[in-house]
Amino acid sequence: MFNKSFIAAAVVAVGASFAAPAMARDNLQIAGSSTVLPFASIVAEEFGNAFPQFKTPVVGSGGSSGGLRQFCQGVGANTIDIANASRPIKSAEVDACKKAGVGKIIEVQIGYDGIVFASRADKGSFALEPRHVFLAAGAQVPQGGKLVANPYTRWSQIDKSLPDQEIVLVIPASNHGTREVFEEKVTHAGCDALPEVKALDGDAKKKVCSSLRQDGRLIEIAGDYTETLARLQAQGDAVGVFGLSFYDQNRDRLKVATVNGVTPSLQTIGSGQYPVSRPLFFYVKGEHIGVIPGLKEYAEYFLSEQVSGFGSPLEAAGLIPLSNDERGKILANVRNGKTVQ
Amino acid sequence: MHNDDASAPRTDPSTQRRLVERSLARRHGAEKRFRAAGLAAVFFGLGMVALLFASILAKGVPAFWQATVVTEVYFDPEIIKVDPRPVAQPGETPAQLHEREMAWQTQLTMANWNRIIENTLAAHLPEVTDARARARLRQLVTSGERFVLRDRVIADPALIGQRLTLKLLADANVDVWLKGNIDRSLPDSQQQLAPDVRAWADQLHERGVIQMKFNTTLFGNPDSRSSLASAGLAGAFVGSLFMMAIVILLAVPVGVASAVYLEEFAPRNRFTDLIEVNINNLAAVPSIIFGLLGAAVFINWFHMPLSAPIVGGLVLSLMTLPTVIIATRSTLQAIPPSIRQAALGIGASKVQMILHHVLPLALPGILTGAIIGVAQAIGETAPLLLIGMSAFVAAVPATPFDQSTALPVQIYLWQGNELRNFFEARTSAAIIVLLGLMLSLNALAIWLRKRFEKRW
Repeated sequence: MFNKSFIAAAVVAVGASFAAPAMARDNLQIAGSSTVLPFASIVAEEFGNAFPQFKTPVVGSGGSSGGLRQFCQGVGANTIDIANASRPIKSAEVDACKKAGVGKIIEVQIGYDGIVFASRADKGSFALEPRHVFLAAGAQVPQGGKLVANPYTRWSQIDKSLPDQEIVLVIPASNHGTREVFEEKVTHAGCDALPEVKALDGDAKKKVCSSLRQDGRLIEIAGDYTETLARLQAQGDAVGVFGLSFYDQNRDRLKVATVNGVTPSLQTIGSGQYPVSRPLFFYVKGEHIGVIPGLKEYAEYFLSEQVSGFGSPLEAAGLIPLSNDERGKILANVRNGKTVQ
Repeated sequence: MHNDDASAPRTDPSTQRRLVERSLARRHGAEKRFRAAGLAAVFFGLGMVALLFASILAKGVPAFWQATVVTEVYFDPEIIKVDPRPVAQPGETPAQLHEREMAWQTQLTMANWNRIIENTLAAHLPEVTDARARARLRQLVTSGERFVLRDRVIADPALIGQRLTLKLLADANVDVWLKGNIDRSLPDSQQQLAPDVRAWADQLHERGVIQMKFNTTLFGNPDSRSSLASAGLAGAFVGSLFMMAIVILLAVPVGVASAVYLEEFAPRNRFTDLIEVNINNLAAVPSIIFGLLGAAVFINWFHMPLSAPIVGGLVLSLMTLPTVIIATRSTLQAIPPSIRQAALGIGASKVQMILHHVLPLALPGILTGAIIGVAQAIGETAPLLLIGMSAFVAAVPATPFDQSTALPVQIYLWQGNELRNFFEARTSAAIIVLLGLMLSLNALAIWLRKRFEKRW
């Protein structure tokens, strides 16, 4: 007898599970960059609170590339509506999207983020230049006029002004958009500036500048910044790459490095003085506007001054706001449905 | 013993006695060492468990008490200027009423709730008169409380114009400061709060306006990112509960039915042997592989919703199935054949024999296996990450089809939160809740076994 009721219950449960696909989704599904995640989560929550007629959006992680891959899987309730990214979408990704039927991609820039180098609060202070970081991280570095396998083991060997500490650099892995900015604005910039590299031709130069050392002094972190922080706590000498907002909330444990003599802050990044910064984006699936309730409203709400302008909760959380002009232009693009080509 | 000893002519008894005593001493020594090694292993294991529990409890228990501002709040009608709540009018459809209700709620949301919180705090700190400093008073209370106040008015619009003594959660950084989770001697540049806000917090704490109150929000609220102090486990808990229900509804009946068939009906041949080997192998498959399978089959193929407990429950059911089958089979095997023979001997059919005699006797074992399987399933994280259950969800799911997280995933998410000083304790508190749930499930399993156990 109890077997019968069990079977009946199982049948009901299985039946219910197959009825699921017929249900339409009534809240937004967002995924992507872990740098944008805290900001998007704050907006999602405030959005759910401010608009009683819409449900609170759900925000997933997965890195910029992971988010855009999910975004480009196609159109429908089981695909995400918005991809957060800490870099602009690539043309290959736009093509992949088109192939899957996602033709209307609306780009929304939300502000800027600074990438900072930080060491443990109880260790030496760093005044870095992109050149230093390349010499610490490159697989091959110029020495005595020719390229040799990276011989540096201590920062003080690179430059007398740097602390006498073991070189251990903890950087984000390639699933993070941050990695690209790190390479473009720090290691490549530092590499290009070296006189020995300047003498090389295009391909050789690119090869030297983009190969990083593999001897264990460069640690790649695929997870989030907490993992980088844990590394720093375990390996006292390590220098980590963080987002400005993460550093800001852990100032008691971390000491930030200056780059080219500029201390990263909302002001220096906003004004462009601090060199390692990048724009943050999210991408809206145009096909879902009008199908999934609240999609356009979310994008517009995100861009309102009270949410992402100066003095907003996002600024308090570490986002560097766009100027009112910039934000107005982007808001107009969202309203007109201007898509990425 | 040695060859030369054996071949040697009989020695006198005293030499022989000496030999025996020597070997005896050696054997006793070996036994002592063996026992000591065993005991050491036990103590090592216990010590590690004690260390783990001690560190989790030491970190997590304080998080169950949270800095709370206990104060009178004045719902100032000058600030909350709203129309009266819409009531149903003759000839109005429910949809129209709902629309007007939504408009009213939006109007209420737009009221300056921050000003109300500001005024509430300023009443305790009358010396703060500068307008900009007054605006900073808000930093003492977590930002989500303005919606809590709004929801109170939505529930009871008559509150406008009244004074009410309420508990407002303090900001996460105020909690960190008052608990000393941040080094209080650090210079201003390394502190999260401005010096005046820290002084206000200390002052109010001394006067008993800010108290450490038992943290009910931890159990009542879903996760939060915009108001960190209000982050709670309710969403994750309900998500885990839904998944548990699905596992119990699917894995247990299917598992028991397969075990009964294999044990009582199936012929012994190479085919059933193959099935048996495969079930045993399936039990050893790493859980993350079930996650990959779930993502491919349920989400990409059946188009089920992302991050929903229904998908998580199905994946965990697949994972638990072999555990249930193996536990049930071994219980069935342990039931003496005489019971089956006696039932059949007095004319019972095979179905009657199984339903009336074998299964009731096997019940304690089946329940134990099922509960342990379920407990294992709700502690599982890896497969859930692959079906998108690691997303940030700021609502409690109402059905298994709504997005949600699960308890272990929530632990993982909090572990990754930026505000380490606050969330290290919060994470340990979540671990204590999960461990409590697991221990009570295991206790239930033991109780059921004792309750229904029959000896023969």
